[in-house]
This record gives sequence, C-alpha cells and structure tokens, in this order.
Amino acid sequence: MRNGTLNILIGGEAGQGLVTIGQLQSRILVRSGYSILSTQSYMSRIRGGHNSFSIRVGPDGVLAPEEMIDLLVALDSTTVELHRKELSPKGVIIADEQFELTGDHLLEVPYSKLGKRKQMNVAAVGVMNSLLGLEQAVAAQTIDQFFGRKDPKVQEDNRQALEKSLEWAKTIENKTLKLAPVTAREKMLMLSGNECLALGALAAGLKFYSFYPMTPTTGIGQTLAALAKTAGIIVEQGEDEIAALNMALGASFAGAPSMVATSGGGFALMVEAVSLAGMTETPIVIVVGQRPAPATGLPTRTEQADLEFVLHAGHGEFPRAVFAPGTVEDCFFIPGRALALAEKYQSPIFILTDQFVADSYRSVKPFDLKDLTPVRPGADENAITQPYRRYALTESGVSPRLLPGMSKHLVVADSDEHTEDGHLTEDLSARKQMVEKRLRKLEGMRREVIPPEFIGNPDPELLLVCWGSTKGSALEAAGDLRTGGRRMGVLHFTQVWPLVQEQFLGLLEKAGQAVCVESNAQGQFARLIRRETGFEIKRQIHRYDGLPITPEFILRELKESR
Amino acid sequence: MSTLESFGEYETAWCPGCGNFKLLEAVKQGLVQAGLEPRQVLFVSGIGQAAKAPHYLNANVFNGLHGRALPVATGAKLANPELIVIAESGDGCIYGEGGNHFLAAVRRNIDITVLVHNNQVYALTKGQASPTSDQGFVTKAQPEGVLEAPFNPVEVAVAMQAGFVARGFVGKPEHLAGLIQQAIAHKGFSLIDVLQNCVSFNKVNTLAWYRDHSYLLPETHDPRDGGAAIKVAREWGDKIPLGIIFRNDRPSFVERASHSVNLAKTAGQVDKTVLNAIMDTYS
Repeated sequence: MRNGTLNILIGGEAGQGLVTIGQLQSRILVRSGYSILSTQSYMSRIRGGHNSFSIRVGPDGVLAPEEMIDLLVALDSTTVELHRKELSPKGVIIADEQFELTGDHLLEVPYSKLGKRKQMNVAAVGVMNSLLGLEQAVAAQTIDQFFGRKDPKVQEDNRQALEKSLEWAKTIENKTLKLAPVTAREKMLMLSGNECLALGALAAGLKFYSFYPMTPTTGIGQTLAALAKTAGIIVEQGEDEIAALNMALGASFAGAPSMVATSGGGFALMVEAVSLAGMTETPIVIVVGQRPAPATGLPTRTEQADLEFVLHAGHGEFPRAVFAPGTVEDCFFIPGRALALAEKYQSPIFILTDQFVADSYRSVKPFDLKDLTPVRPGADENAITQPYRRYALTESGVSPRLLPGMSKHLVVADSDEHTEDGHLTEDLSARKQMVEKRLRKLEGMRREVIPPEFIGNPDPELLLVCWGSTKGSALEAAGDLRTGGRRMGVLHFTQVWPLVQEQFLGLLEKAGQAVCVESNAQGQFARLIRRETGFEIKRQIHRYDGLPITPEFILRELKESR
Repeated sequence: MSTLESFGEYETAWCPGCGNFKLLEAVKQGLVQAGLEPRQVLFVSGIGQAAKAPHYLNANVFNGLHGRALPVATGAKLANPELIVIAESGDGCIYGEGGNHFLAAVRRNIDITVLVHNNQVYALTKGQASPTSDQGFVTKAQPEGVLEAPFNPVEVAVAMQAGFVARGFVGKPEHLAGLIQQAIAHKGFSLIDVLQNCVSFNKVNTLAWYRDHSYLLPETHDPRDGGAAIKVAREWGDKIPLGIIFRNDRPSFVERASHSVNLAKTAGQVDKTVLNAIMDTYS
C-alpha cells in the first residue's frame, strides 16, 4: 500500500488463465476509473512453471511497479509458497479451499461451488471485485465483452459464476482492501507498451511492418496484423530477421513508411541491414525490445543492456537516433517522431524498449489524434533540379528522395559507395564527399533531439539519472525521499542518441550527487554520458537479475551504497 | 514504346568475354519485347559481378547486400504492386547466402522475376566454389575438389511448385530474351536460372562446355505436367535442358491476400475515423 495504492499479484502455472484474469481485472479497474500499472512476469514455456501478473492500482497516477503484495490471488499452492514473504501486514491471500493451505492472511474460496471449472477465472475476478469494493455492473459488462457474446451458454455460465462469487464474498468481513471511490470517472484506455507502439505507428502513417516473432516485441506485430485490413497496411512475417529488415527497406524504398521490431538476438541478425539503411539512406524505424542476454539469455524477462549494441550496430559510420520511451504513453508518441525523423533524415531510427514497458498495461487518457500528421514519404518531383540525382550533395546532407515508378525520374540506390546518381564508384574523392554528406545529417538530427526531462527541486542534493522504462520507479523513489525531507531531482532521457550536452551537463554539475539508475550490469548509459561529456557519474545503481527496477529497489540500493 | 536505346549503354567492370555481356543484352531485349519503359521497372540486386548488371542499364535500381536481393524485392513489390520487380544476382548470392530467402520467395509466390547468373563459381572473390559447383570442381579454396553435392535450383523450384521455372543460356541470347519476357508476364514467382561462363575462374564449365551439354526442350515438353517437369529438372551433366521447365497458375501472394493496396500511393493518408474506432476498442 505504498503511496495510496494497492498491489495485486495473480500467480499460477502457464496455461491456467492468469493473464485472462489479470487483463480482465485490469480492464474492470480502468473502467471503474482507477489508475493502473500492470506488469507480467512469465517463464519461457507454454504450460506449467510459475507465472505472475501484477496490477498496482490507485486513484491516480500509478508510476511504477511495487514489490509488496496486498492481494495475492493464488491459482496454485506454489504461488503462496513463493510470494507469502512479499505479503504486506494487512495483505490477503485468495486461494482455492481445495489447496488445504494453513497460515495467516488466508481467504479460502470454495471455487467448486461457485461455478464450473472453466468459470474459475470469472469467480476469482468476482471475489477480487468484492474485496476491492468495485461496482458489480462494470465487472459484469466487462466480462461479457471480454469473452464475447457468441456462445449464450458460456455467457450464462459466466454470469452465474460472477453472481455466486459476489454473493459468497459478501460474507467476508475484511474491509482493508476496499479502494477509495473515484469521484470523476473519465474515459480511459487500457494499453500495453507494445499496443501503443503499434497504434502510435499506425496513427503516424506506418504502412508496412515486417517481423520475425521474438519476445518481447511479438505483440506489436500481432496488434498490427489484426488491424492490417481495416487500416490498409501490410504486415508480413519474414523467414528470419534478416529478411524482415531487408523487406522493410525494400518497402520503404518503394514508398511505404516502414517499421520492424525484434529483440537483441534478432537484432543481431538485422545489423548488416542497419548499415544498408545507413548507406542507401533508406528511412526505417527499428524497435528493439530488450531482454536479458547474452545469447538467448532470459527470454521473457527485462533488461536495458542493449544500449551500446544499438548505438554501435552496423559497420561503418552513418547517422542514427535512438529513442527510449519512459512510459506506455511515450510508446504512442515516439513512433510518430521516429517515422518522421527517419523520413526527414533518410536514416535508421531506433526505439529501444524492454520487456517491462512492452508488456506493461496502463490506464491512459485517450490520445489526441487531431494534430497528428502522417508521415509523407518522398520529395516533391517538381522541386527536383535536372538531372535527378538520388544522392545529390547538399548542405544539410539530405538529398531529395524520389520513389521508384512514382515520377518520370529513375531512382538508383546502392550499398556500394556511390556517385550522386547512385551508381557504384571507386572514385576516392567521391567517397570522401559521400561520407561527409551522410554525416552532415547528424547535425540536423541534433537540432531535433528531445531534451531530457528534469523533475524535482531546482537545486537537488541527489539527482537520479535514468533513461527509458526506469522513469516511473525513479520518480516514485525520488518522491518518497522528498517526503522524507531530501532535495531530490530526476533527469530522464527519452532520447539517448544523439546526446546534446548543453541540454543537461549543467544539471549534472549542479547536483550535490548524481546517481545513474539503469537495468544493466555495467552502467552503459553512465558510460555514454562520460564518453560524450567527460562527466563521470560515480554513483550507479544497476539491476540485472531480469526483474524491473522498482522504487523499493532504488531506495534499498541508495541506503546500502551510501 | 521503348527501344534497346531506352535502356542505355554503359561501360562495365566485367572481364572481356564474360557471359554477363550477353545476359545484359538479353535483359534489355526482354524488357523491350515486354513493352516496358525504364521507369516501370525496378531491379533489385545483391553483391557479386552479376549484381552489378543493373548499374549498366536505365531503370530503377536497389543494389543491396549479398544474399538479400529477394527480401528487398519482396518488400518493394508489396509496397507498390505496379512496379515490375526483377531480382538479378549470381548463384552464390541467390542460392548460397540467400538460400532461405529463395525458399521463402517460392513459397510466397510473390510476383517478381528472379534472374540468376549461374556460372557455378564465386568470381568477384576470385574463384571459390559456389552452391552450384559440380562435385570435384577444384579451386584455391577447395584444393581437393568440391565435396558437397551441387544445389539444383530448378529441381528445388519445381518440387516447391514455383509459378514459373526456366533455364536460359547466354549462348542463346534471343531464347533467353523470350524467357525473360514470359517470366515478367507470369503473375507469380518466376525463376530463370541462366547458365553463363566465367572466363577467369571456371575453366571447366566454359561457353563451349555449356553449348555442348545443353539442349532446347522440344515443343512436346508440357511445362504444366509436374511429373514430366521434375524429370527434366533433374537432368544435368551431359543433357542440360533449356527453356520453360515448369509453370502453374496458382494465385500470387498479392492475389491471395485478403486486401491489396498500393502503399506507395496511400502513404501520407490516415483515416482518422477508422483510427478513432480502433482506439475505442481499447477502452
């Protein structure tokens, strides 16, 4: 119950329906007007093992996941064994009476009497809703919608299970978990990071998406595939990641704003084509959802250890930009920015997420779509000086990009070093000019960098520096310390490349002490800042056990390392 | 109306006597016969001496990475189905480095034409075995001769029911131009494996060798007869068949898709009503 929130953890084996329960309960909470952040922790298997789905809920602005559990919904007895120690003093365990568990905090539910075996997830939701004091009508309607109305028999069974479980739960005397009622109930959406990336890209004019399935980014492709026909886009599963990126480059060259997504290992296969995008100056957005590596690593957990990989991926020198969304909402806006930047500077643009933000669901305000301008590929044919040269040398380094077959001009792109008209050359002075032309684009990109966000006391004694998905946890930890009387600041980077030191070096120097917080073992971002600015962030907090950085983790580390 | 001159005449980086010259002429001839203007055509190539060919004619060109011509060609065709997309590269590029893409492109039946300069050797890297080198072929990298069995692209393509499978020979450029014209006209994946000599690094499979070991398929060969086609496709050595070996009219990838759209033409447009309706489903 940190900062007026409540933390629910649903645990069980893979295949038991805990994600169904988690998503259903999350949606009911969002529709009831609460703010949520739900996170998933799962093993790389289809059945068995131990998985969990946590929902942190509060009246507004839940920033980060929490470790302490207030309501533990155990679908098997292992869940209780594993998580009992995380239970808060007033916490409650909901478990099937047939598990015959002993100990405190236990609320044994007679699931076999509340509905058929298939309806156990609905019954669990019913009991939870009762404990949380939520309106029954919202739950009933959400369950109906969630399972669809196709089979009236199932629908009826669900209704009965909900009613029976609510009826049974009336007898429970525990009132500690009741959520404070929400006064103003706004319409909210429930979205994961992956869903936001898909929808944000769609809203920004994405037309082509190719991928090879890989956790944790598979959800982006599946979201887009389901919408492809409605939205008039093409989604194609490649035979491997090499094909996925090359295909997207082909589509982009031909005039379709394109994106791919993968994780570290798949990205390793794409790297040669990243360099191809740099050389041929083909716009492309590449999402890399990080997970713990090396090699296959921990396929379903989280980490931020591919920053240096993405920064340096691709042989040779060419400009790039790297975004790192801090929140699920950022995941909606960043793809638009990335697609526009890719088109403007004809370069590979990266979105670096991680399993935590990719799989997290949040309640978000509906996005304002009015002012969104879809990216328009290609230059105006009428503004072309004759003869058309795809790689014309310009002051900005950006050459007018025409699309093949869409004008009277011929478009020639080459992975070899080339002349202005796109044909391969071994003229070494042309080589030098082309290198300089490509790198000039970085100057333009630097002028468009999203400055890091500074939140907190203007003169902080302690400044938490972070990037990407650790934002919420850093903010909450800083908030706690501020409440404890300390002058705290948080400096969060949503764009980690290029770095423009004028935007942040002063803040680092002014802070009493800067602490870099990141999910990797070597402090890759701190190292990058030092390389680019000379400023060494000496105190660092690293997490690399596969779990997301939580506010509690930061507070513990700060205490221990003082 | 385009003419041979429309497709230009350029200086090349090829060895005198290279089979690429005749192949380039046949490509231009095939395009003229197909009635295509340079701006309608996109050549996608990989890396190798063959992959330079698109630089030596007038057309749209994407000269990409070694082995990766097919996925780029696939993406371009999906984005703009009006483009006539021709992937052109060598045996090492398409069958070796890009082998997985070759299989996937056949399965997709994507409407592109794949033109493979097959000289049974890696030439640009100065003479190593390629996937189609015959067993026993001696190179500096395979001093004891090639141990692996050769890849037979035509047989694989027929076995996978590729839409259009043909073999041409640079010694018969007019025949080859006809194959190219028909492959472009075919709606679906078309493969033309082109036998060509490498004057510098293949002293076994020379122009004369190919001429002596190949024959034109008689008119009695029915390319729609799968059984006959697979038999013909297996022929190699003393009797290498030239011509259309196999064809079928199964619907192409784009025809099978539930929706088709020209992304290059709809780019820049987002229907906000549709988008709002989509967003609402997440409430």
